[in-house]
Amino acid sequence: MHPAPSVIVFTTLSGAGFGLLFWLGLGVPDVRGLSAFAFFVIAYLLAAGGLMASTLHLGRPERALKAFTQWRTSWLSREAWLSVAALLAMAAYGAGLVFVDTRVPWLGWLGAALAAATVLATSMIYTQIAAVPRWHTALTPALFLALSAGGGALLAGQVTAALALLALAAVVQIAWWLRGDGALALSRTDMSSATGLPGRVRAFEPPHTGPNYLLREMVFRVGRKHALKLRGIALVLGYLAPVVLLLVPFAHWLAAVAVLAHLAGIAVSRWLFFAEAEHVVGLYYGMR
Amino acid sequence: MTDLPETTDRKLGLVIDLDTCVGCHACVVSCKGWNTENYGAPLSDRDPYGADPSGTFLNRVHSYEVEPEEGAPQLVHFPKSCLHCEDAPCVTVCPTGASFKRGADGIVLVNEADCIGCGLCAWACPYGAREMDAAEGVMKKCTLCVDRIYNENLAQEDRVPACVRTCPAGARHFGDLGDPDSDVSRLVAERGGMDLMPEQGTTPVNKYLPPRPRDTLGTGARAAQAPSLEPVAEDAQGWLGWLDRALSRF
Ligand code: SF4
Ligand code: SF4
Ligand code: SF4
Repeated sequence: MHPAPSVIVFTTLSGAGFGLLFWLGLGVPDVRGLSAFAFFVIAYLLAAGGLMASTLHLGRPERALKAFTQWRTSWLSREAWLSVAALLAMAAYGAGLVFVDTRVPWLGWLGAALAAATVLATSMIYTQIAAVPRWHTALTPALFLALSAGGGALLAGQVTAALALLALAAVVQIAWWLRGDGALALSRTDMSSATGLPGRVRAFEPPHTGPNYLLREMVFRVGRKHALKLRGIALVLGYLAPVVLLLVPFAHWLAAVAVLAHLAGIAVSRWLFFAEAEHVVGLYYGMR
Repeated sequence: MTDLPETTDRKLGLVIDLDTCVGCHACVVSCKGWNTENYGAPLSDRDPYGADPSGTFLNRVHSYEVEPEEGAPQLVHFPKSCLHCEDAPCVTVCPTGASFKRGADGIVLVNEADCIGCGLCAWACPYGAREMDAAEGVMKKCTLCVDRIYNENLAQEDRVPACVRTCPAGARHFGDLGDPDSDVSRLVAERGGMDLMPEQGTTPVNKYLPPRPRDTLGTGARAAQAPSLEPVAEDAQGWLGWLDRALSRF
């Protein structure tokens, strides 16, 4: 699948942003006034900024509001609703903390639940696609949720939670990669089932001499040969570096480095999430 | 609405005969010709006369080389357009309701005025039957020529999809696959029509007829005739014979 920069930026930043909102909603850390303001600004910049970036890849962004209509069947529509609901609930909750020094616990919990549900909906957009076997697994929502909670804890300055959750996310990440490498075979979709033809099937001539939308969007294969190296970079930057930096004695600049390393590592992992994912339509072209 | 209908009154679709398709791409051209000036936005081309042309098509023809267990390899031409699936994953993922499946005839369509061009439906389709138009920013797909098959301004024989009407080999058939007595259903039963990627759970309406086994008439006869094709005059006469003998002596 084509790794569109807007979608990578969106899922990375908004994942971390909604993760931070989740912790703020739980009242961890229990901040008020100006410091609460600072936390909420960061969370909204990440979460809402990511959502804005995601509209960049639409063919018709001016009609984006129509995406709210099909929540009964579409995870993308559900994500739209949940993200707006989470941002509104947390705005009201945050206003209480910042301006009147009051915490409304139930509102915070509601906001936290909505933030988590938003991340789940985002992950389900990918998980539901059976035509991309690498994504079509319960490990995908597990990875998105663990990463969002871990990244959020990192941003919220929750050292113990961040350590535990990032370690957990790293385990899920490795499991996701390992399962992913055999996912296409596991799906039982191959050139024989795609064409229904008997015997050994080889693509002889493609239907068109140039590239087309399908090849550009769904048969993206550039950079797969570096996948192993990139997995290493993602693991080191996204998981290992923040954990190490959290274990050394606390300094603000170290925490900032930990956050930046984490976001960079997760962006690499998201790039791989798309670039490595094989869409079964590639089989019609004799590719994977 | 992107809920799929429980059942559809009819299941209109295509039956594509892989045995008779000659790979001429006439259906590709006629499909583009009809659909670029009828339902919805035109099917745009980018850099059509330049070095890197590409464009939107609703129907494309692949070609495969098949090596059966026994016998000679075969070349199979393989037209592919939307299969108007009963459990169409492209419909349920759509956030706007632009993609829908009609309850009356089962045709899967895109209402382009509602489409935001998110591309999710193209991801969800395992067959590559949907293409985003680069100029218009909306999703295009086979309409089963919905603006021909019910079009009373057309002569009766033209009220079939453009690709079916055009095919010079009669490799594309149109009809109601929900009616077991229809011509297309009988054809499917007779020829062992099959689904593409059945394991994807999309329940396609369109069916593909497998290539018939090649006749083996020639192969046995050729084996029987093989001895008579052996060289008959091993010993050359005259000057060549002398040369042959002379060279053999060395
Ligand atoms: S072939 Fe693809 S686009 Fe057509 S109905 Fe099936 S899933 Fe949808
Ligand atoms: S591209 Fe258009 S038709 Fe396809 S899912 Fe998005 S809004 Fe629906
Ligand atoms: S039915 Fe119409 S739109 Fe579909 S492939 Fe044939 S010509 Fe194209």
